[in-house]
Amino acid sequence: MRPLNTATLDFLSRSVNEGFARTAAACFAAQLDPTLEEVNDIKTAVSEAVTNAVVHAYPDRLGKVRMKLRLYADNSLEVVVQDWGVGIADVEQARTPLFTTGNGERSGMGFTIMESFMDSLKVKSVPGKGTTVTMRRRISRRLPAGGK
Amino acid sequence: MGLTCTGEGRDIRIALEGEVDHHQARRLMEQTDREIDRRLPKRVVLDLGGVTFMDSSGIAVLLRAYKRTVELGGALTVRNVPEQADKVLRAAGLERIIRFE
Repeated sequence: MRPLNTATLDFLSRSVNEGFARTAAACFAAQLDPTLEEVNDIKTAVSEAVTNAVVHAYPDRLGKVRMKLRLYADNSLEVVVQDWGVGIADVEQARTPLFTTGNGERSGMGFTIMESFMDSLKVKSVPGKGTTVTMRRRISRRLPAGGK
Repeated sequence: MGLTCTGEGRDIRIALEGEVDHHQARRLMEQTDREIDRRLPKRVVLDLGGVTFMDSSGIAVLLRAYKRTVELGGALTVRNVPEQADKVLRAAGLERIIRFE
């Protein structure tokens, strides 16, 4: 299925860009006329994915993070967050609730939140090459105000 | 954006404001640590009424404030949780550990 609309953003793995990325994703998703809860779910999931790239992919340097947004005719939004950092040796372990390598400053709930706030989550990672997180969320179709 | 601490003696209210994400979390943790260590509170109310966004970084902020308060012999409750933050905190099952009112 070809996307109806796409946007791609490249930015540095600076923590200030966590807010930039989730706000940009929310603005793009606005085309689908989502509810406030749907927008918030997308913002939260994007924040988790980008934070992972900032904290874990590039632990001791700044690197490139790419966010691809794709909008499909079935009223769904796909968000791809890609990095070229250290990668994840054991993706299954990383997805386990409360698992973290980030000491007391992280909760280990990032992937769990992405999973429960989106309809699907795919994580592809190659140690030393990078990680790609693909998430998808269908937005409910709302009746136009006053009409059918 | 940030944190304000009010209250008398060992009964304090810490209000978090703005976006609680990884970018802000370290500063918020340092500030809550400082207030708790300074006041040695018997009772802490953590007020989230001014929080406009929270992700899993907020879970770590709340857990840390809770643990520190309890270690020093106090009790901590969380108040005025906005809907978006509530969904994140419940996804982590935080309401089983910390009292929400």
